[in-house]
Amino acid sequence: MRIGIVCPYSWDVPGGVQFHIRDLAEYFIRLGHEVSVLAPADDDTPLPPYVVSAGRAVPVPYNGSVARLNFGFLSAARVRRWLHDGEFDVIHIHEPASPSLGLLTCWAAQGPIVATFHTSNPRSRAMIAAYAILQAALEKISARIAVSEYARRTLVEHLGGDAVVIPNGVDVDFFAKAEANPDWQGDTIGFIGRIDEPRKGLPVLMKALPKILAARPQTRLLVAGRGDEEEAVESLPAELRSRVEFLGMISDEDKARFLRSVDLYVAPNTGGESFGIILVEAMSAGAPVLASDLDAFAQVLDQGAAGELFANEDADALAEAAVRLLEDPARRTELRERGSVHVRRFDWSTVGADILSVYETVTAGAAAVAADERTGGSGLRARLGLARD
Amino acid sequence: MTATLIWILVALVAIGLYLSWTAGRLDRLHARIDAARAALDAQLLRRASVAQELATSGVLDPAASIVLYEAAHAARQAEEEQREVAESELSQALRAVFAEPQQVEAVRDAPGGEEAARELTEAVRRVPMARRFHNDAVRAARALRRHRKVRWFRLAGHAPFPLAFEMDDEPPAALVDRAA
Repeated sequence: MRIGIVCPYSWDVPGGVQFHIRDLAEYFIRLGHEVSVLAPADDDTPLPPYVVSAGRAVPVPYNGSVARLNFGFLSAARVRRWLHDGEFDVIHIHEPASPSLGLLTCWAAQGPIVATFHTSNPRSRAMIAAYAILQAALEKISARIAVSEYARRTLVEHLGGDAVVIPNGVDVDFFAKAEANPDWQGDTIGFIGRIDEPRKGLPVLMKALPKILAARPQTRLLVAGRGDEEEAVESLPAELRSRVEFLGMISDEDKARFLRSVDLYVAPNTGGESFGIILVEAMSAGAPVLASDLDAFAQVLDQGAAGELFANEDADALAEAAVRLLEDPARRTELRERGSVHVRRFDWSTVGADILSVYETVTAGAAAVAADERTGGSGLRARLGLARD
Repeated sequence: MTATLIWILVALVAIGLYLSWTAGRLDRLHARIDAARAALDAQLLRRASVAQELATSGVLDPAASIVLYEAAHAARQAEEEQREVAESELSQALRAVFAEPQQVEAVRDAPGGEEAARELTEAVRRVPMARRFHNDAVRAARALRRHRKVRWFRLAGHAPFPLAFEMDDEPPAALVDRAA
């Protein structure tokens, strides 16, 4: 099958959606399908052979923060050329509602289109204003995928229609077979995420830490992720700061070893999560998970059966649960076992097969993807009988 | 005077182009419904065929075989108006027969059973998918067809008002657990 995948975010910037697309593309290539990924990228970034650059993404203020987006005449032309050259059986657009490559492709293509909705953003004013335009582009999508029940619910509320739920994939064995690092073992709590992004919840964990250390002084907190380390420990009494170790940005291999080593993985995120891939990775590596009770997290953890949940933003509840788990090796073993069984449904072999089922369902009884001649300047020319081939 | 005429002409052309574009949108949506319906039919037929094959294979006990055969046969032969009911009954029969994981194991252990079990698992997973995609297309077309411009200018032509396909497509728990 010839598959075209559209990535809305810059390939040079690491992010959840980019990694998902990379793993998905490589999974399909291993199965013998032909895959081409269209993604924004600087012209001098080295790209894997299956990625086609759609030009550099431009930083613009959008939806309360600076987003890097692709739009305008040149990007639209590159999208059309990619569609024309690719002759795809199906195209798979990620984040079609963000004003970037996804929406441009939706606008410019016809034929079987599959779209995955990753985020569950609250409905923005721009989306309401552009509703009619958005609807005209989004109604071309033959199959919608939401990454969680939570993302599906927001999609249904904001845009109407329905979607099937297929979670994000993880290479479970990569994490399950990683080797533990003895430096990171022995009463350790792990945290991975941007230090200076409050929504990742490090401040909540810092608030809970004195209580945890009071009960178990030998505990160490290991933090992996970018950000200002001085600022992160500011709220902590000076004598406790030595119990926190910062590892900075870590590689994928180190991340797997890190998750394999820690005695407890804590995800204190306070919001803005629609899936929680890190929890799946932690469970794959066999780390007992303690997470805030966000809708998305509760779903990934099977409502608390595969990992423990604490009340969101409640540092006392976090401390109490962490101490209880650290003092109870039997309970942690139980969580490890439940987690590694539960996590199989997120493995690429399951997720990839499900996505392929979607492709096969929409391509049955439909023609291949083509550039839509009815949109844009060429559409007008076609209607006036001036189109050239 | 001439200027007014030109403006009226420009406005008329603009309205015409807009209506033509809307008609194109509607046409595309109808094509999408047709494709989705064809895909749904294919998946339903596949499910009924696998069920019927299993029922006649002798792997299941006689009672289960008869129940499954009846339901699969009825689903394949159903008239358009009875289709939704017949397919729902096939879902119920499949759920009743494959309620226990042991039954799935028994099918897998039979010669060629691995293949049959895989096909059935795929079919019961894909039917709800195809149905959701179909009903999503129907919803989008209905939303557009209810719009004033479409009703006043009769842009939908003689195309029948699209109907959703409603059925019970809950897969048997024992099969889904294997897939998950």
